Amino acid sequence: MAAVITRVKKKQIEQLIAKGKRLDGRGLTDYREIKIEQGIIERAEGSAKVLLGRTEVVVGTKIEMGEPFPDTPNEGVLTVNVELVPLASPRFEPGPPDENSIELARVVDRGIRESKAIDLEKLCIAPGKKVFVVFVDVYVLNHDGNLIDASALAAMAALLNTKMAKYEVEDGEVKIKLGYEPLPIKKRPITVTCAKIGDKLVVDPWLEEEQVMDARISMAFDDDGNICAIQKGGSGYFEPKQVFEAARIAKEKVEEMRKQLNW
Amino acid sequence: MNDKPERLIDKKGLRLDGRKPDELRPVKLQVGVISNADGSAYIEHGKNKILAGVYGPREVHPKHLALPDRTVLKCRYHMAPFSVQERKSPAPSRREIELSKVIRESLEPAIFMEYYPRTMIDVFVEVLQADGGTRCASITAAALALADSGIPMRDLVVACAAGKLDDTIVLDLMDTEDKVGSADVPVALMPNLNAVTLLQMDGTLSTDEFESAVNLALEGCRQIYALQKEALRTKYVNLKEENKEEAEE
Repeated sequence: MAAVITRVKKKQIEQLIAKGKRLDGRGLTDYREIKIEQGIIERAEGSAKVLLGRTEVVVGTKIEMGEPFPDTPNEGVLTVNVELVPLASPRFEPGPPDENSIELARVVDRGIRESKAIDLEKLCIAPGKKVFVVFVDVYVLNHDGNLIDASALAAMAALLNTKMAKYEVEDGEVKIKLGYEPLPIKKRPITVTCAKIGDKLVVDPWLEEEQVMDARISMAFDDDGNICAIQKGGSGYFEPKQVFEAARIAKEKVEEMRKQLNW
Repeated sequence: MNDKPERLIDKKGLRLDGRKPDELRPVKLQVGVISNADGSAYIEHGKNKILAGVYGPREVHPKHLALPDRTVLKCRYHMAPFSVQERKSPAPSRREIELSKVIRESLEPAIFMEYYPRTMIDVFVEVLQADGGTRCASITAAALALADSGIPMRDLVVACAAGKLDDTIVLDLMDTEDKVGSADVPVALMPNLNAVTLLQMDGTLSTDEFESAVNLALEGCRQIYALQKEALRTKYVNLKEENKEEAEE
């Protein structure tokens, strides 16, 4: 993704951040306004829309029956996919997923998987033969920066909203019964991204900040305040002490968000 | 199928392969192993066997990717079908695409990209045998191959992972430890600039455990860095001796 930003603007953003200010008026560790709406797609088993400032992400979940992975015969399967649809940004193009959408999908996946957010063992129908497969499809509708945090939040909100049909097994056949029950959720991971601009760390970079940043680091935390996934991105570097500072900031932000979202 | 060992660290504090918690697997490095490439390196890190080759700076392909003010670094991490227990399809998987991206981003800060505008540098990494920690070994080899190609660099890049087994933070996870351990933290470092250029994690760690894991991984990086320098030096010492012999003849 080539950055199209004037040198003047780059300098302006960097100088402001060096003074502890940001172009959109936020403090260095402030998030943009977060809005979450759940259950917006009736056809999906679960859905959510997240607005992070002007960044907009919709996630829909689907549940189907399938085969388990051979190394986890007793567990259901989680699949995360990201579509960077061309209407969301002048820089997104139609076609098969590129490295950016694959990375985004895998980072969202890692947060959910490593925190053990879904009780996958409860999704097993017949060990080694039949399990439920949870598809999490992330649709980015407007790209104004920090797709990782917005997508991770939307994915978790959609999973919390997901219902699955009740079923019973009769002679090895799965029979769908009347009624629904919620998807078994154990943890609610939250991901926080810090961008390094100059020698400062800023939380929740928006598009123009992403275009001038040296590098970013995203950390997912589970309900107990443990780190469960990390991804560094961008072609710059962090000093070790900045990595630890990012972990401290991220942990604080996650706690704040948990209170705000009641998660 | 589930041959998960009960304990990953025995009563004596030793791991499945007999290593101490803070001990690296044996690492062997060799530079200049592919005569066609502009730079190349081979690494054996435990049972990992990985080749890295560099081509460039050369003409950009496709042309519209060329940048007016710097070179374009491309990276392909690829695993041979026979490198793992179950044959891996040679088509690039989503994992390989992500790793290609993070490996590229771990090397970029070390290269003087602005020296070669309108060109492209290709880094190819082929994993011939995988034994856990291939991304780290790949970065160590790729950085050596870049240095071998003569492209000006700010520093070498060297990578190593740390993780958590039972309740102990350990260095350099091998395959089984990677699969059944409770966390894996790969880290890449530019040792002279003290700059972390790759950091990932999966598993569960408290923030304190995370700090000790990163610090342990950095310590491992510094140990491998010494071997990296030695490998580069060995190539030129050998060249010098060959030249001497030729002159004597």
